[in-house]
Amino acid sequence: MTTLTKKPDPGLSARAPRKSRKRGKPSDGFRGIGDLKVALFFIAPAMVGLILFYLVPTIRGIYLSFTEYSILGDPEWIGARNYERIAKDPLFWNALGVTAEYVVINIVLQTALALGLAILMHRVAKSTLIRGALLMPYLMANVIAALLWFWMLDYQIGIINQIIEWTGLPRVAFFGSEQWAIPTQALINTWRHMGYTALLIFAGLQAIPNSVYEAASIDGSKAMNTFWRITLPLLRPVLVLVLVVTVIGSFQVFDTVAVTTAGGPVNATRVLQFYIYQRAFNEQDFGYGSALAVILFLILAIVAFIQMKFLRGNQSDLD
Amino acid sequence: MMNKKAIGAVAVAAAAVLALSSCSGGNSGGSSGGDSAKGEISYWLWDANQLPAYQQCATDFTKANPDITVKITQTGWDDYWSKLTNGMASGTAPDVFTDHLSKYPDFLKTKQLVALDDAITKDNVDLSQYNEGLADLWVGQDGKRYGLPKDWDTVALFYNQKMAADAGITPEQMGSLTWNAQDGGTYEKAIAHLTVDKNGKRGDEAGFDKDNVAVYGLGLPGSDAENAGQTQWSYLSATTGWTTTDKNPWGTHFNYDDKKLQDTIDWWASLAAKGYMPKLETTVGANAADSFGAGKAAINSNGSWMIGQYTSYKGIDLGIAPTPQGPEGKRASMFNGLADSVWAGTKKKDAAIKWVEYLGSTACQDVVASKAVVFPAITTSSEKAADAFKAKNVDVSAFTQHVKDKTTFMLPITDNASKVAGIMKPAVDAVIAGKAPASSLTAANEQVNALFAK
Repeated sequence: MTTLTKKPDPGLSARAPRKSRKRGKPSDGFRGIGDLKVALFFIAPAMVGLILFYLVPTIRGIYLSFTEYSILGDPEWIGARNYERIAKDPLFWNALGVTAEYVVINIVLQTALALGLAILMHRVAKSTLIRGALLMPYLMANVIAALLWFWMLDYQIGIINQIIEWTGLPRVAFFGSEQWAIPTQALINTWRHMGYTALLIFAGLQAIPNSVYEAASIDGSKAMNTFWRITLPLLRPVLVLVLVVTVIGSFQVFDTVAVTTAGGPVNATRVLQFYIYQRAFNEQDFGYGSALAVILFLILAIVAFIQMKFLRGNQSDLD
Repeated sequence: MMNKKAIGAVAVAAAAVLALSSCSGGNSGGSSGGDSAKGEISYWLWDANQLPAYQQCATDFTKANPDITVKITQTGWDDYWSKLTNGMASGTAPDVFTDHLSKYPDFLKTKQLVALDDAITKDNVDLSQYNEGLADLWVGQDGKRYGLPKDWDTVALFYNQKMAADAGITPEQMGSLTWNAQDGGTYEKAIAHLTVDKNGKRGDEAGFDKDNVAVYGLGLPGSDAENAGQTQWSYLSATTGWTTTDKNPWGTHFNYDDKKLQDTIDWWASLAAKGYMPKLETTVGANAADSFGAGKAAINSNGSWMIGQYTSYKGIDLGIAPTPQGPEGKRASMFNGLADSVWAGTKKKDAAIKWVEYLGSTACQDVVASKAVVFPAITTSSEKAADAFKAKNVDVSAFTQHVKDKTTFMLPITDNASKVAGIMKPAVDAVIAGKAPASSLTAANEQVNALFAK
């Protein structure tokens, strides 16, 4: 960024790096159009992807949410009927509650643990091997991680319940009981994602200049004080980014549920994404499923907006 | 140069967008192609146990009709239906597929199936060769026929004969169990007596520890409400005179608010509370049949298509007893039959129908019978299957008896089956988990009936 501002013409700064290559061209105006073509050429692949896989499905999804559509046959326009039904659907409200429970457990634990890990990486664990090992769970496919834990935590044959029994405590139905099913899945995903989240925060920690810490220690600040007054506030933009990304990600929890409890026991893990899948693909009610998806989209947009706005994620205190 | 490329890229994007949006319009069901009786046709089924039998049929079929070859694809039940529906929407569904009574109404509604009437008349297919009632299950509300029956199944009790002998229960006693929703009859007595806790105390003895059970009298694979209790409680509720819907097929009103059903479910749920059946929460992720195979349960009620699996457990002395007699002295078993249907989007309709007729003929069903995996739909073939089971030392009379005594009732055939399942499964799960009384099913029933109101 800073190198760009050193260029003589700030108006052309975005194109500046290519300037030398184009030196032979006769006029500035012509060069502008030439750059546009080049830009379009480079943008095209991303644009095609965006249009094909995001824009078109999004618009179509919003359209379908106002229809009754079973994938076979044609969508039939029914206005806002799907939304009216959702408002009265106890399973939707249940899904919202269950998803919120998952998000809160997942985010609080994951952020706290990741922050701790990041600081350890920054201060103590300087070895690349250890830093790499922290990322290992994240390299595992979600479904594999879920199935592995499903097996280890199984009520009858799971090794963890075996250990619990050895200690003289009663076995725990981690996936089978309504109280435990969501916390269990939230913990599995915390375990899988915290290394990655820690890595993001670690990058943020490294961006804080040492001079700030030096100034603090000269002023006699204790370690805890430095953490609360200096590290955390300066980390804010990174933490906000991490929060926005992880909150959006954890609202969309699906694969863990799909391969383990499939919404059960009763409705204890019928999270929003799974409910959308169930209505659309199992019950062939794509209109209703799309309406649920639009609602999830709106919730996420609002949550992300609030986070960015109130936590001032786009500003840094380092400047 | 760049200009042309950019235009090219945009054009590709636009074309792709068009292609995407037009294909999502879907195949609305017309048979667009010709009706060639030549070439390769595709056939789908879900049961891996039956694959060898049908592969044999396909080979024989090609021998008799050298112009036609059949490519069989087997996909597990869990993915079968969504794969099939997606295939229909994208135009890649198989020409012929194994069809289920609870699924085909939805396919009829969207005109995905070919009516077989003309071909059946032309080719003189004898519909009376099938076991009574099976063929007519595949006649839609429009009076047309959309499948030829291939097999049938009923329900019985698989039990561990050694455990029964240890408990002093004779095969004769197992064969003459009675049941009622008030005290569970001799069925509950047997289940209680077969339950053993970690200290060796039986379920009906003083000091029985219901929280530390080693062997459950009755195994539990879940509430089974998504299948109308087919293998878990329908053989009990039906003996009380209860029916799932107002009429069958094509019922439009469900009866889960009926006290007779709710009493049955309450009794069944009480087994878990008494420690005679595993709690629902401990069975998540477990397989009931495998638990039986591991000696953790004495009785499993299940369908005849599971005979192969239950007889495969090493070290288990397997007995098969008929389902208990109900309050009026009669037994009951849900009767389900599969059929083969032709997809409306097939490009080789004549060849596809020919294959369906072959699957529904004695030539193929005798082959299936000889493998002793299921009971074929044709009466003479299912007798051959019973003989084939006997040759393997498996007595299947507990299953065939229901057909002989006419104590079967049909699997409920209705529209909206998957939506009904989506509502009823969590509702009955909650009851057997002990989280709600069976009277809570009345509210679920209202939701189900609302599906048919619009």
